[in-house]
Order: sequence, then C-alpha cells, then structure tokens
Amino acid sequence: MIKRFLARAVRSNEFYVLLVIVALGVVIQVRSGQFFTANNLVDIANAMVVPGLFAIGAFLVIVSGGIDVSFPALASLAVYATTRVLVDTGYTGGVWLPFLLAMVLGGLLGAFNGLFIARLALPTLIITLGTASVFSGVMQGVLNSVQIPNIPPSMEAFGTATLFVARNPESGLTSNMPVSFLILVAVLALAFVLLRFTMFGRGIYAIGGDESAAARAGFKVRRIKFWLYVIVGVIAAVAGLIRTSMMGQMHPTNLLGMEMMVIAAVVLGGTAITGGTGSLTGVMLGTLLITIVQNSMILIGIPTFWQGFSLGLLIIVGTGISAVQLARSGNRLRAAV
Amino acid sequence: MADSVIAVRGVTKSFSGVKALKGVDLEIRPGEIHCLAGENGSGKSTLIKVISGVYTPDEGTIELNGTAHSRLAPIDAIMGGVQVIYQDFSVFPNLSVMENLALNTELASKRKLVNWRRFRRIAEEAVAQIDFKVDLDARVGTLSVADRQLVAISRALMHDAKLIIMDEPTTALTKKEVDALFRIILDLKARGISILFVSHKLEEVFEISERFTILRNGEVAATCLPEELDRRKFSYFMTGREFEDGRFTLTNRSDEPVLEATGLGLQGGFEDVTFALHGGEILGITGLLGSGRTELALTLFGAFRADAGELRIKGRPVTFHGVRDAVDAGVGYVPEDRLTEGLFLERSIGDNIVIAEIDNVAVSAGVYDDTRKRAEADRWISELRIAAHDQDNAASTLSGGNQQRIVLAKWLATRPDILILNGPTVGVDIGSKHDIHQILQQLAGEGIAVIVISDDIPEVIQNCNRILLLKAGRIVQELDPATTSEAQLAALMTSDTTGGQQ
Amino acid sequence: MTSNILESRPVRAITRDSHLVRLLGMLVAIVALFALVKPESFLNLRTWQSMAIQFPEYGLLALGVMLTMMTAGIDLSVVGIANMTSIGAAVLMLSLAPEGASGGQVALAIAVSIAFALVVGALAGTLNGLLVAKVRIPPILVTLGTLELFTGIAIIITAGKPVSGLPPAYGEVFAGKLFGVVPVPVIVFAFAVAVVGLVMNKTAFGTKILMLGTNATAARLSGLNTTGLLVRTYLFSGVLASLGGLVMLANYNSAKADYGSTYTLLTVLIVVLGGVNPNGGSGRLFGVVLAVLILQVLSSGLNMFPNVSNFYRPLIWGGVLLAVMAANYFSKDGPLLRRFSRKERSA
Repeated sequence: MIKRFLARAVRSNEFYVLLVIVALGVVIQVRSGQFFTANNLVDIANAMVVPGLFAIGAFLVIVSGGIDVSFPALASLAVYATTRVLVDTGYTGGVWLPFLLAMVLGGLLGAFNGLFIARLALPTLIITLGTASVFSGVMQGVLNSVQIPNIPPSMEAFGTATLFVARNPESGLTSNMPVSFLILVAVLALAFVLLRFTMFGRGIYAIGGDESAAARAGFKVRRIKFWLYVIVGVIAAVAGLIRTSMMGQMHPTNLLGMEMMVIAAVVLGGTAITGGTGSLTGVMLGTLLITIVQNSMILIGIPTFWQGFSLGLLIIVGTGISAVQLARSGNRLRAAV
Repeated sequence: MADSVIAVRGVTKSFSGVKALKGVDLEIRPGEIHCLAGENGSGKSTLIKVISGVYTPDEGTIELNGTAHSRLAPIDAIMGGVQVIYQDFSVFPNLSVMENLALNTELASKRKLVNWRRFRRIAEEAVAQIDFKVDLDARVGTLSVADRQLVAISRALMHDAKLIIMDEPTTALTKKEVDALFRIILDLKARGISILFVSHKLEEVFEISERFTILRNGEVAATCLPEELDRRKFSYFMTGREFEDGRFTLTNRSDEPVLEATGLGLQGGFEDVTFALHGGEILGITGLLGSGRTELALTLFGAFRADAGELRIKGRPVTFHGVRDAVDAGVGYVPEDRLTEGLFLERSIGDNIVIAEIDNVAVSAGVYDDTRKRAEADRWISELRIAAHDQDNAASTLSGGNQQRIVLAKWLATRPDILILNGPTVGVDIGSKHDIHQILQQLAGEGIAVIVISDDIPEVIQNCNRILLLKAGRIVQELDPATTSEAQLAALMTSDTTGGQQ
Repeated sequence: MTSNILESRPVRAITRDSHLVRLLGMLVAIVALFALVKPESFLNLRTWQSMAIQFPEYGLLALGVMLTMMTAGIDLSVVGIANMTSIGAAVLMLSLAPEGASGGQVALAIAVSIAFALVVGALAGTLNGLLVAKVRIPPILVTLGTLELFTGIAIIITAGKPVSGLPPAYGEVFAGKLFGVVPVPVIVFAFAVAVVGLVMNKTAFGTKILMLGTNATAARLSGLNTTGLLVRTYLFSGVLASLGGLVMLANYNSAKADYGSTYTLLTVLIVVLGGVNPNGGSGRLFGVVLAVLILQVLSSGLNMFPNVSNFYRPLIWGGVLLAVMAANYFSKDGPLLRRFSRKERSA
C-alpha cells in the first residue's frame, strides 16, 4: 500500500515541484541560515495568500480548457468600486459588507466573462483579453480611479488582524500570520470539495478533457462554463479585497500585471495548459515555489532585481522538462512528425 | 408486443433546402444485428441522429418500442433504450475508467454530488456485463483503442439498452480485437439487444450482419439479407453505378530497381525488411494494424530514421535525415489519415497541391510566382479530374474522394519516382475508390514505382503485381496476386503463425 | 481599366473578405465622425503627425505577434525584447559616445547600437523559436517565460532605473520628418510593413508558415522544415520587436525595463482584431495594419475631448475587440456557420 503510494507519488509532477522547493529551501538555509526560521516561513505564508487565491481561480479555468487573463482587472474593478462606495458613504460597520459587496460585484463581472465565453466558441485568452481591457477601462475611465489612502476601518482592522506572531529568536525579527490565511485555506477546501465531490466539478474536468463528449454525456456545458467564470470572479474579488485590506489603502493598479505570474504558478504545479488535468496540491506548490523565488532569494544576497529573470528561467525550465517528458512518453509517430 | 425495437417510417430531413433524407424507412427487430451502409454524404449520420433524437425529422414518424413519435427528444431515445457509440467513443481521456463509466448514469439520474463509492459500484456493474477486465482507476487516455471502445460499450449497456448503434466500430481495431468485439456483439444479441452497425465497408460486417439497409443520396437503395448481396451488388446499391474493376497488369517494368531495402529495421517497428522495387510496379504491402506497416512507410519516407539496414534509391545508398531528403530523392507519401496528416483543410486547394514542391514550382529567381503556382495547380486539378470550381476555395469544401486526389496531386507535382500510399482509399467513396485505383495503375504504366500499403484485401489483389505480407514487423511471405484468392490472403493475414520463420 | 483594378486578384481578395471590409468601414466611419465633430483639431496635420509617431511603437510589435499567430503560436515576449534591446542599445550608445564625443563618433555609436539591438532581438527571437520548435513547449508558455526573462535581464542591467542622457542626435534622427511632413517612425513602420508584406506575398515562406499554422503534421509530411520555419518566424518577430524598442527609445529619449508594459496584451488584441485566426493558418497583413490605425485614430480622436479621460482607451479597445469577435462569430460567413457546414459535410 505504502509502496504503491510512493510509486504513484514519484511519478507525479507535484513530487518534483516539492523536491525543487525543498532543495531551494535547503540551499537558502545553508547559505543564510534564515530559511527554516519561523518568521521566514510565516512571511512566505503571508505572501502566498493573494497569489494563492488567484491561482485557485486561474486553475479552475485552465482545467476547463480555457485561460483567463482578466482576473486582476476584474478584482481591481470590483474592489475599487466597493471601497469607493464605502469610503464615500463613510461606512464604519463590520468587514462582512465590504466582502459581500466585492463578491457580488466580482460575481457579476465574472458573469460578463461567462456570458461571452459560454456563448461564443472563441479562444478564452482572446475574450478575457478584451474583458480585461473593458474592466480596467471602466475602473480608470468611467470611475476615474485614484488611490484611496484611507479604507473603511473594519477593512483596515481585518488587514492587520493576526493569527499569531512568529519570532526569530536570533534576529529578534517578528512576522505576523494574517487572518486572511484562513480564507486561503477555506477557499482551497471549498475548491477541493467542488472539484472532487460535485458533478459540477467533474464537469469542469470533463469539459477540459473533451468538450463535445461532455455535452453528449449530458453535462450542460454552457451552464457549467458560465457559473465557472462567476465563481472565478468571486474568488478574484476576495483576493483583491484581501490585498487592499492588507495594504491599508486602495491602489487601483496594484494588482494589474499579476496574471502572468499566477498562470506560471499554476502551470509549474503540473496543470496541463491544454486543460483536463492538474491538482490543487500542484497549484499550491507552484504558488509556493514562485513566492519563495520572489521573497527568499534576497536572503542569500541575490538582489531583488534578479526576481524577474529567475521567474522566467523557472517557467522555461519547468515547462521544458514536462514538455520533454511528454515527447518521450508520447507515441513515436507524434514525436517524429 | 412490438415486433420492432425501432421503426422509422417515411422520414425526411433537410438542411437549408438540401434534403439529407428523403422518405427513409428502417426497421430493426429485437436481437437483430442490422447493418446500415452508405457512402459519405448518403445520409447515414443524419439518420442516426434522427433515431437518437438529436435531429427532429421534417416529416415521418419514429416508432420506438411500439410508440410513434413525430418528435423524439434525445432523452426519449435514451429512455427508450437507444444508445449511440460514436467513432471517437465520446470518452474522457483525462478521467479514470470508473468515472467514464459512471458519469452518464449519474447525470441521467440528475445527481448533483459525487459519491465515489457509488461510482465504483456502477463501474463494476458496467464492466461485469461484458466481462471486461480493466483497471478501473486507470486513465482512459492510457488504454488501447479497443479497450476504450469496450469502455464505451459497457457504458452504453448501463442504460437498459435495447438498441446499440455503432458508428464505424472496427476502423481502428486489429483483427483479434474485431473478433473479440464480434463475440461481445453476439453475446448481446443473445440477450435480445439489437445492434445497428454503421459502415461503408462490406467485408468487415458481412460475417455478422443479419440484414442490410443501404442508403444512397438520402434514400433507401436496398434492404436485404446478406445472401442476396455480393460485392458487385453492394457497390451498385451504394453508388447506383456499375464498376468494371480492371486488374493491374505489369507493362512498364524498369530493368534496374529504383528502391532497394536490405535488412531494414526500426526498433519497435519492424526488422530485417528486404525487398526491391522496380519502376512500373505496384507493390502491395499488407498486414494488420500494429504489424509495422505504417512505421515501414514512414521510414521509407524519411520521417523515421532506420536503425538497421540499408536503403538504396536507383542503386545509390541513401540516408534520410528528414522528410525533405526523401522528397528530394523522389519519394512521395500519401498518409493513412488524410485529414490530420495530409491536408491543410482551411487553406486553398491550390496551396494544398503545390506545397511539397513550392520552392521549385512557384518560385522563380527567388520570388514567389503566383501565376506559375496557379497554372501548376490548375494542371493537376484537370489531370486528376478534381471537382473544384476554383482553386482558391478551401480544401475543406471538397468531398473525401476529391480531397484524397488533392493529396495525390501534391505528390505527383513533385514528379516522384516512388510513390508510397498508406491506405489510399480509406474513407473514400466507392466511385472515387475506383477512380483512384485507375490513377494508380496509370501511374505505374508511366513507369512510377508504387507501394500500396493496405489491409483492404480486394484492393491489393486487384491493383498490385506483388504482395508482401507483413506480420509482427517482419515480411513473412511474398505472394502473387494472380494465384492468390482473397480468402487465402485473409487467412494468411490473420493466422497466428508467422509463416514458418520462427 | 478601372474595372480591371477592381477585378484584380488582390482587390478581390480584400472585398471577398468580409472582415477586412468591416474593418475598413470602421476606420472610415471613425475618421469621418471625428472629422465632423472636431474638424479644426482632427483635420490638423499635427494631429496626424503625432499619431504617426505613436503607433509605430506597438504597430511594429504587433507585426511580429501576427507572424507567430499565423503559425498557430503567439509571442507574448515582444515587449520584453523591445525593452531589453533598447536598454542594450542605450547603454552601448552611452559608452561609445560619452558626453562631448565628436559628431563622427556619435554617428558611429548610433549605427553600432542600432545594429546591436537588431542582433540581440534576432537572438532573443531565436531562443523563443528553439524552445517552441525543439523543446516543444507551448508557445504561450515559452514567451510568457521569456517575457519575464528578457524583462528580468533589462532590470538587472539597469537596476530598474531608466537609462537616459542619450546623444541628442539619436532622438533627432527619429524626430525628423521626410519632406518636412512624414515623421521618421512611421517610415520605419511602413518599411517594416513592406518587408513583412513582401515576405508574406513574394516568398514561399509566407505560404509555408500559413500551411504550418493550419496543420503542423501535414506540413512536416509535405517535406517542410517545420523547425526552421518556426525558428525563423520567432526570429523575425524578435527583430521587429527590437525595431519597436528603438522607436520607443527615441520617442521617450530614454529606456526602461517597464516601458510599454500594456503593449503585451494590446498587440495580441490588435492582431486578433485584424482578423488573424488565433488557432493559426489564416490572417492578412492588411487587416492588422487597419487594426493598428483604428486603435490609434480612436485614441487620438478621443484625446480631443478633454472631458474624456485617456483611461477610456482600454475600455474602448476591449469593447471593439469583443464587438468585432461577436460580429464575426454571428455573421453569416463566420466560424459558426463554417463549422456547422463542415460538420454536415463530414456527416
């Protein structure tokens, strides 16, 4: 039983990502002595919350055979509108209302994506490119977005709320584990249940595997796609609200440009860009790997401006290895032709 | 009690003014194995879709288990026990066997949640019906074609099926797998389940079908028993024409061989293949799926690199580093799967014809010459009588037979010395098939060396002057078509011995 | 004679393509609208000149994206290549011609730097091509990775700061106007369009990459050197991107790793709007040029309305893209009907 489990683990993509993460951690630990310290690990967990949430959303879309580049713009618009309204009305109540508002808006914007994607059989990359433009245009043009320096007090309180504080006994540095980490865990659990234990979730996999077969089997393909994008919109809005709360201010363009990094994290975690396969474990490992590269390399004296370069290298090497594996395992004819 | 599972009466269906079905009658009795035959475009697929409720007929009724419907919804068809197994089986390659088997059932009972234990129970029940041994946790994408088909069959049986429609079920199966499939079909028949076989190949279904319905241009050309049919009649019903298929006679054999293979081998493909081919010959290479026939063809064409043996063209040893080298050495290759390997469907007919020779035909002094390209394409369109109004139209606008001729034209434009055809008439209408055979014989008459790789027994016997029998990657026998009967060749192909070599 | 022109093959090819007709109509309508509403500022030579300086930046990048999309790929790394090469050129220029260098020295430095930028662009494109063709990584992932990689290199070179203080002569060359009217950037763009047009129409390469984009397996089995074709396509895109980078360098008189970061998606948007099939195998240069012009006229025209913020631009761009895609989809010769009729035929 254990043998079989191990054999399966060794064959899985996630195993190798984990191996890379451990190796990277060990290298950083040996060089700096700072990696496996409580405060560094908490810092990484903290930095993972927002990209992790986005990655879950991006993963759901990629599994269904699509690709979504609109979620940062969607989140920015939903959260900007929410914050604007609440600040302008002088809202001082609990944090539930900002969340509710942002999620409703995120769901509506997701429905806009979903409508186009479910109706038109066009590449989702192109459609979400268009909707991303529309979303950021509405935010920056119609809503004339500016930085909002003070956000509702409940949001600010939520952003600084701490589960526990980790202290590094040697350096005396402390790091706070944010409450929002629980949201990441909760969304992850919900996504897991959705994918594993609902017909809707299996439908997402089925559509990613073979869309026409899914329709013949009796899945309501259009409906599943529509609601999928609504869900992804809600998750993105939650991520955006958390980012704004943690920053203590609404910076409208802060999230824009994150889409590439998030998609890279999902793909590094072993999700096939063509859809149908991948696991949430892989998604989290991929996000973790990218977060470590972005956060911890400074510990071994690599300046921050090497981040982009290493991220690029990581994407190419990571996807390159799986491409080569695929070519080797694939049938001979296809490899040769 | 109804004496038919399904009875289609006077069904007419048209698409934007074009009648795809004109007053079609079809009746299938319980436990009957019925063959629906017809050429591409004869209305077979439309009829299946009418029976399975996908299309609503314009006129006529469908009687399902004794109840007449003028509109049949897909769900009515399923409830009435009609199941379709499509050519691609409609399975999910990325999901497990268990899930593939259980999803339809669970969707049909409108479940919203997944209970993996129930999934497994359903799957176990499904495979037990045909005694299908398979790892339920394996991904369907890793299974063989035959096993995927069995997954589809097991799944279809889960819905209390009374009629199973199989669309071209034997296309990608080896002989052994076909036999296994037929055993299962007979078993289903014994349980009172009817089978509707959809096919355009007589041979593959003749031994098992109890009744034939042949469609032509949307009408029933004949409904008859197998003993009332022979190949000639079958062709006539399919096409409405009579064909006089001339046997190939060798007239223009070159003295020196143009292609010689000595001890040619490819790991995992074939080994120790030795033969010589002269200009003007049509050499048949026949063998079952998996015998190494496609690997051999692709090696002769430079797509694979042989790892043993020697290849000579016109007496000179050659090593192909890629397809281009083979093309430059005068080899052309018409692939097995026209749509995915031979054609550029969305591109123009003209581009499709000149592409292999574009640098020589359409480029003068380094500059692309559209006029020359068009002249060359027009030349081949008329030479091969391709029914194209305008060479600027996309290749996808043509019928299967004309598309096959485009692929042929592409290679003839390279003025090859050796032309290799892998399954030259697979999926081609009988009329076009006849024409393509004529063209091949004519080409051989002009001195081109032709290799026809095919498991269509009448095709190789009729069109070749020599036949090599390939089995498990080895040439086991050379046969003379003049002294070999179709039955003999069929027996040799499927016998388990490898011709006394081992 | 005139009827002959109308009947000629290139003209017929355009009129037969309903998408091109639609784009042309859209451009004419937008120009007419602005000319009617704001005649004094819109019909002003300077408006057109400033447009002609702006659009070559992303127009050049879009040409490369177009070529890769025709092969059923995509190039998301063009902005990375543009910034990396312009930074490389700027650094080289500064070191070859420090302040107070002689005129001849400056001219040589500029020439060498431009050549250097083009070579680096070609190398970067080759890397993309090899990863796509040899390692067989999906193009979207390759160029996503190299976008980060090239931008990362640009950041490493500059530590994220802008490189400025270029010899004024460089900016002056690009600020020049042919016959005192036509700005140099648009001439560069026109030149690039002409080269791409020649390659697509007057060499077999153009036909070959479209065939490759339609069916890669069939292309290989027709004796095409698919690896070579892909590498050359991405190389071409890299060179065009470095040209775009040189124009940006002149327009901003400086280079920085994050200039034009919105162009990545904008170029893809332009190419799709121009009618190139994202699945490869079809598309026309003319359509892409029209799409570049439409977006530029739209944004310049809107600039003339002070109460309309610049930030409406993405909204309008995205809206136009979605509208055109939807119109194509539902029009009678759109992919919907084509797909449907193909299904019927094969049935």
